[in-house]
Amino acid sequence: MNNQKKFELYKNMLLTRRFEEKLTELCKIEGKIPGMMILCTGQEAVAAGVCGALEIDDVIITNHRSHGHLIAKGANLKELMAEIYGKRTGCNKGKSGTLHLAVPEVNALCTTTVVGGGIPIAVGTAFAQQYKKQNQITVCFLGNGSTDEGSFHEALNMAALWNLPLITIIENNVYAGAQRTEEITRVKDLADRAVSYGIPGEIVDGNDAIAVYEATVNARARCLAGEGPILLECKTYRWRGHGEADHQVYQPKDEIAAWMSRCPIKKLQEELLQEQLLSEQDILNIEAEIVKEVESAVQFAEESPWPAPQEALEDVFV
Amino acid sequence: MQQITMGQAIQQALSEEMRRDPGIFIAGEGVGKSIHESPVMPTYGLLKEFGPGRVKDTPVSEAAIAGLAVGASVMGLRPVVEIMFNPFFTIASDQIVNHAAKLRYLSGGKSTFPLVVRIKTGAGIGAGCQHSHNLEAWVAHCPGLKVVMPGTPADAKGLLKSAIRDDNPVIFIEDMMLNFVPGQVPEEDYTIPIGVADIKKPGKDVTVVTWSKMLGVALKAAAQLSKEGIEIEIVDLRTLVPLDKETILQSVRKTGRLVVLHEATRTGGFGGEIAALVAEEAFGTLKAPIKRVAAPDIPVPFSPPLEQFYIPNEEQLIQAVKSIIG
Repeated sequence: MNNQKKFELYKNMLLTRRFEEKLTELCKIEGKIPGMMILCTGQEAVAAGVCGALEIDDVIITNHRSHGHLIAKGANLKELMAEIYGKRTGCNKGKSGTLHLAVPEVNALCTTTVVGGGIPIAVGTAFAQQYKKQNQITVCFLGNGSTDEGSFHEALNMAALWNLPLITIIENNVYAGAQRTEEITRVKDLADRAVSYGIPGEIVDGNDAIAVYEATVNARARCLAGEGPILLECKTYRWRGHGEADHQVYQPKDEIAAWMSRCPIKKLQEELLQEQLLSEQDILNIEAEIVKEVESAVQFAEESPWPAPQEALEDVFV
Repeated sequence: MQQITMGQAIQQALSEEMRRDPGIFIAGEGVGKSIHESPVMPTYGLLKEFGPGRVKDTPVSEAAIAGLAVGASVMGLRPVVEIMFNPFFTIASDQIVNHAAKLRYLSGGKSTFPLVVRIKTGAGIGAGCQHSHNLEAWVAHCPGLKVVMPGTPADAKGLLKSAIRDDNPVIFIEDMMLNFVPGQVPEEDYTIPIGVADIKKPGKDVTVVTWSKMLGVALKAAAQLSKEGIEIEIVDLRTLVPLDKETILQSVRKTGRLVVLHEATRTGGFGGEIAALVAEEAFGTLKAPIKRVAAPDIPVPFSPPLEQFYIPNEEQLIQAVKSIIG
């Protein structure tokens, strides 16, 4: 892995973190951000690592914890923020909000909040890539809870049967709603579920961006070689709840603290410092640049107009 | 003109469209290799002509089949997938209701989903309520889906071609019994626009609005009523969404009377929508109350006399018509 890529992963993770910290802050101001807000804080290594291994033409299908995926795929930060605000300048003109962000410009074709709803669609996009003989793949991001949905099994079985170029990423962040994984399944490692479909299932340290990146590079090569889909279980942890209104009473404080001490951003930053690829001054510079970028996205969203109410009637049919 | 059934007409539409556009593929349970290897079946012979790359026999996985259509269509292909029986729509419904119908809107109009879901429907095959259940009102109630329900082979061919060429998700619901009823079908390439009703029989006394298999019931009733000097006008909707309101209203303004006839159960059925439309927009022209003829609010029963009791028939329609003529 080259040094440039390591920087890229680092910057992507930091940008996502600052973007979401800003959202946490904005959610506390009444009337600022309408509706629900579900964050991926603490899981940035999966987003940066996976998307860092993809080309722009590769497709991602994601879920309610999508900010990191979209930012790492290269979505326009201002348009993301404006959409989260519900403004007309948002990437979906205020139709989707934070939970359904779609950014076709970077082939982030669908964010679905139906748990497990994305994977049948990912079968369709991967099928189209194979049908059109494109040298591209699809990645579907799912949470651990989605592996209990029927759609997950139907889709992976079909993808395996047809040898589709599909990487399924299970971001196992320990919880599904307020339930711990062991309360909802006897399967210890969700990667084991791959056995039922006759495809490989690998466990990856989801807090290690470089490990995620390398696993994805290999998985992508496998897909492009026509060897069919693969399941990667990235073991990580969510620092925030299921929405910013979640009080996380079910998450032990020491558990959160233990995972926070394994912060994926700090981990890569230390490696970069050790390898002398980054200086303390560089870190300050990158940090300043990112804070500026987030602030200007907020300013853009704040200053953007609301959609006119009648615009609700647009965009149903072509 | 050729004399063929709806199944054969659909087969022609599919094969002609697939020859025309290599981006069209079909998928579903047994759309290629089928337990019903019969020339009247809609996908007969397609596997042989187009091969397994474009005629995809799938696992028994309705959610995945519908999702396949959603994902493939956003990538620019034109999938035509099949859900074997209307009740199985409930298993596919997340992908159809929450995704196919909504994703264009959620993208702010950036993405398009040119997909067709063919669904077989209708009572009369003796398979009971988990294979027979008309759910068109459920689908029509989901904004973002077009809903087509042809009643003749010729309409089926022209409408399916339009559905395939449409850039929006179209749910194309075929009554199974019509696969065995022949009709005149043009041999050339033609389309019938989605959203345009057709007056299958003009008349001056009562407007009967219907669709799909009940068109046949309406035509039989019309023949009998004619003998008694009563001329009903049959409006075959062909498409529920978008709804051809103008044709319905014009007919009611002319006759002053309305009976809605459908096979689906009465409560919450699409017939209520037609009645409400006329009550809202043509109330002043009504000379009598609006009547609905529909199935009773029960699941489709199995035993032949019970199943026949369930399906609305011409006698019920005749009575409804006479009850508002006075």
